[in-house]
Amino acid sequence: MGFLDKEFNDGNIVITTAEDIMNWARLSSLWQVSFGLACCAIEMMATSASHYDFDRFGVIPRPSPRQADIIIISGTVTLKMATRIKRLYEQMPEPKYIISMGSCANCGGPYWEHGYHVLKGIDRVIPVDVYVPGCPPRPEALLEGLLKLQEKIRNESMIKKSA
Amino acid sequence: MVILVQNFLKVMLTEFGKAFIFILLGAIFVVAIVYVSKLIRPARPTKEKLTTYECGENPEGSPWIKFNIRFYVVALIFLIFDVEVVLLIPWALGYKAFGMTGFLVGLIFLVLLGLGMAYEWRKGDLEWEKPKVLPPSIKKNNLKPETEKELVEV
Repeated sequence: MGFLDKEFNDGNIVITTAEDIMNWARLSSLWQVSFGLACCAIEMMATSASHYDFDRFGVIPRPSPRQADIIIISGTVTLKMATRIKRLYEQMPEPKYIISMGSCANCGGPYWEHGYHVLKGIDRVIPVDVYVPGCPPRPEALLEGLLKLQEKIRNESMIKKSA
Repeated sequence: MVILVQNFLKVMLTEFGKAFIFILLGAIFVVAIVYVSKLIRPARPTKEKLTTYECGENPEGSPWIKFNIRFYVVALIFLIFDVEVVLLIPWALGYKAFGMTGFLVGLIFLVLLGLGMAYEWRKGDLEWEKPKVLPPSIKKNNLKPETEKELVEV
């Protein structure tokens, strides 16, 4: 069992410092699965390109989920695709994070009522960390979502939560 | 302490010895890093995580399939001409500066590749369906008189 798998009862100076370093390392190099679904994926690609430059936050697209830390669900998730996404998520190593991008991934979006083939929100299949609203969201919105995720990771703790 | 180390380096170690120490340190570093990361990282293997990655699909069939050896020949021939193009483009741009010598060097290179091309053509490697195997053979007509002569002499 690795050091990072453990939960500690109280935070001493060693653990909290190690925690800070680990969290900083994690949030500074969020490699994503290069995985796009629909029109949101076009915006995601635009975010990766030089104008918005996802790379400056350490987000690099990786061709395999085994090397990735985050998966951005960018677009309409059909029921057929949902099983594949579930498997991709399962194959990512811990710690793993999910950004749900756009209305379709958040809640089904325009397919909410009559989309017989669309999953009504990716959070029915896998746990989502950050929801980015929009149809599709602008690249700035996705960047904002990523910053929120980084904030979340910065506050993660290895100390057991007291009731 | 520093002087001691300096003396040690001067007296005891050859230049190869220093290189050896660097290589040794490098090897130890790699092993140590792999071990430390094993201590630190979270490891939670599941059956789903350990399955073969095929873009989310169910893995199907065995990866240990037999691969036709003729692809190897095709790849090799392609590689030769690939390298030829890479070498000939700078030559074509600049051979005028070297006059006749430059032209002849390029020509020799092309002739060598042409010979290779003729050889593989003759061997039937450019055909996907290889017409027939041509094993090296000795013609019997040339052999006969000599053997007869030898027999007579014996």
